[in-house]
Amino acid sequence: MQFRTRMASIGAVAVLVAACGGSTATPSAQPTPAGATPGAATPVATPVASVAAAKTITEWDYQSADPQKTQWQKVLDECSATTGITIQRQAIPRDELINKVLLGAQSKQLPNVLRIDNPDLQQIADTGALAPLTDFGVDLTGLYPNLVQAGTYKSKVYGIAPGINGMALFYNKDMFTAAGLQPPTTWAEITSAAKALTKSGVYGMAFSAPATEEGSWQFEPWLWGAGGDLSKLDSAQAVKALQFWTDLVKSGSASKSVVQWTQGDVNDQFVAGKAAMQQNGVWNLSALEKSKINFGIVPIPKPDGGAAPGPMGGEVLTIPVNSDAAASAAAGQVVNCLLSDKEMAAWATLQAYIPSRQSVAAQAVTADPNMKAFVDAAAAELSRTGPPANLGPNYSKVSQPLWTAIQAALSGAKSPQDALTGAQQQAAAALAGS
Amino acid sequence: MTRVVETGAGDLPPAPVVLKGRRRLHWRRERVVTLMFLAPALIYVLAFYLYPIVFNVIMSVEKYTLKTFVTGEAPFIGLDNFTRLVNHPEFWPAVMNTVWFTIGSLFFQFTLGLLIALFYQHRFPLNSILRALILVPWLAPVLVSGAIWVRLLDQDYGVVNFFIHSLGYQGQISWLTDPHLSLISVLIANIWIGIPFNMVILYGGLQAIPRVLYEAASIDGASAWQRFRYMTWPLLRPVSTVVLLLGLVYTLKVFDVIMSITRGGPADTSQTLNTWAYSLAFTNAFNFGLGAAAGDILLVIVLIFGLLYLRYAYRELRETTR
Repeated sequence: MQFRTRMASIGAVAVLVAACGGSTATPSAQPTPAGATPGAATPVATPVASVAAAKTITEWDYQSADPQKTQWQKVLDECSATTGITIQRQAIPRDELINKVLLGAQSKQLPNVLRIDNPDLQQIADTGALAPLTDFGVDLTGLYPNLVQAGTYKSKVYGIAPGINGMALFYNKDMFTAAGLQPPTTWAEITSAAKALTKSGVYGMAFSAPATEEGSWQFEPWLWGAGGDLSKLDSAQAVKALQFWTDLVKSGSASKSVVQWTQGDVNDQFVAGKAAMQQNGVWNLSALEKSKINFGIVPIPKPDGGAAPGPMGGEVLTIPVNSDAAASAAAGQVVNCLLSDKEMAAWATLQAYIPSRQSVAAQAVTADPNMKAFVDAAAAELSRTGPPANLGPNYSKVSQPLWTAIQAALSGAKSPQDALTGAQQQAAAALAGS
Repeated sequence: MTRVVETGAGDLPPAPVVLKGRRRLHWRRERVVTLMFLAPALIYVLAFYLYPIVFNVIMSVEKYTLKTFVTGEAPFIGLDNFTRLVNHPEFWPAVMNTVWFTIGSLFFQFTLGLLIALFYQHRFPLNSILRALILVPWLAPVLVSGAIWVRLLDQDYGVVNFFIHSLGYQGQISWLTDPHLSLISVLIANIWIGIPFNMVILYGGLQAIPRVLYEAASIDGASAWQRFRYMTWPLLRPVSTVVLLLGLVYTLKVFDVIMSITRGGPADTSQTLNTWAYSLAFTNAFNFGLGAAAGDILLVIVLIFGLLYLRYAYRELRETTR
């Protein structure tokens, strides 16, 4: 009896060990003609050009919710057909993606193509987990220079987005007409229009300031528009921008709930007719065009008029470092396909993004006039990690204190000046500790 | 399991000298068998409790960042993380929030739980069905409860404000976005979630008090308050202590309630040590060392009260088995 029990448990352990030890076999490299895309942009010798591309690659992105999920899948499918490479995709919710990437980096099991939010790129490139795209012959010609700059870390390009996005002010035309108002072109006009349009159940203005990167992202056009920048969060210009937002909330022209709202929530408010104006991104266009809301778009202004530079949005495609050269070569082909004029245009239309190649972006305006405000602003968009503050991989160390300060001011816990002074100290401490 | 060991030892004949070697062998075999039976539990505790805890402590004295995951390098920096943590402007607010959140939760969960338990001591129709309904907050997934509270407490469209309005108060209470109210809001939700646990255990404790005592007391003319003060309260003490100590540990580890309702905001005003440790490590800045240091502090506090609980439980056990 005893003996049998023991044997049984030993057996069980053996099975367990066997189960843990087994790892999935990597797809074997099949010889396929490499370099399907002509002309690598850089003169850098491409050592992988001679390596045959693999037949199957993996891809991770955070487009886990529809409609984006299916839209991205469609483009991937097309590129799979074009290149003859099977793409095993995993769509992971945004909050979980970064953890999965960290674990993947630790166990050296990152995907062959990784799609991440552009402000995270520098931070991840800094860890050494990513390979320069040009090593795999990715074509960078004709792209928005600011996009290339956002993807550049230590003078090498690590990530490029097929489409970029930006923000503008959406206004409810019916409400403006009824009140006899013109769309605002200065901060003062926004304040007065928001005040005039606020009534029971309707806020004049809606924006999003949650305790996430979204909060900093939405604030940056105002910060930069006022002439401030991320290197000095407590500058007079930065305080002026935060004071402007705070006054909108204090006067009741914007809901106190802005500190909780995501941009999705803000758009819901606008679509439901509970906000006369909203600050939001271009990606809402396709949904808004289908809604019953009669809306117009104006650029986010500088305090006294003229378009403020906004932060550049968009998810970049990267190729993580991988010992399997064949898989990386295949990843390069797929990325090139995703960045081709045809796929870029197709996906940007589906998503309502601005195509990353200027010639393609121009065509998008002809197709949808609503895109004009966004395409016009795209070239002037600033990368959050780039100039003027040039924070690079340290952007998040400034962004976090910033969104906390925004929350403190909007909720009334601190004055804009005190909140930003504290944020600057915290950012400085975080940067010193790095 | 123990039977095998016992019969094994008991079966041994009075050992002649010749058998000594065999007996030692036999004894060794017993040890191996015993260890094998213990092994699953031991391995489980080592792998899932001790390893993460030790790892956390190690992380807290290292510069453990995003880079570490790729390069595997985490330089030792001594107590730097702790110094930075204590000097962080959010540290003391987070500690005080933790203290208030814990005291508030324990006090109200216990008092309300006890009142409800006492109420259900009475026999009335639908007693057991109603008592089962009270358990709902406990059974519902916390994230669901959180989502419900977010809706209830919404300043513009929430039921709570609607109700307050109908009572005549015309102002607008920003439960979730007012820095002075955010902690109270998550506290209310946590109390609501915790009442059933307190109620169930205290109800069980009350049931265990012999009825005859109350009968004797009423014959002696004790009032309801006297019966509670001099009988129920002291007799319920062992159960109350357990409920409070367990409640304390549960409250210190509350994370999902706060994350799903305010995410620690606005501007960190409802951040406890627990959620703050998470935000240090996992939002944007990815300072895992700093987050681990905050986790250490929490760990020590929980450990102290956990040991207190064990000591208490052990003493109770000895008293009852004596």
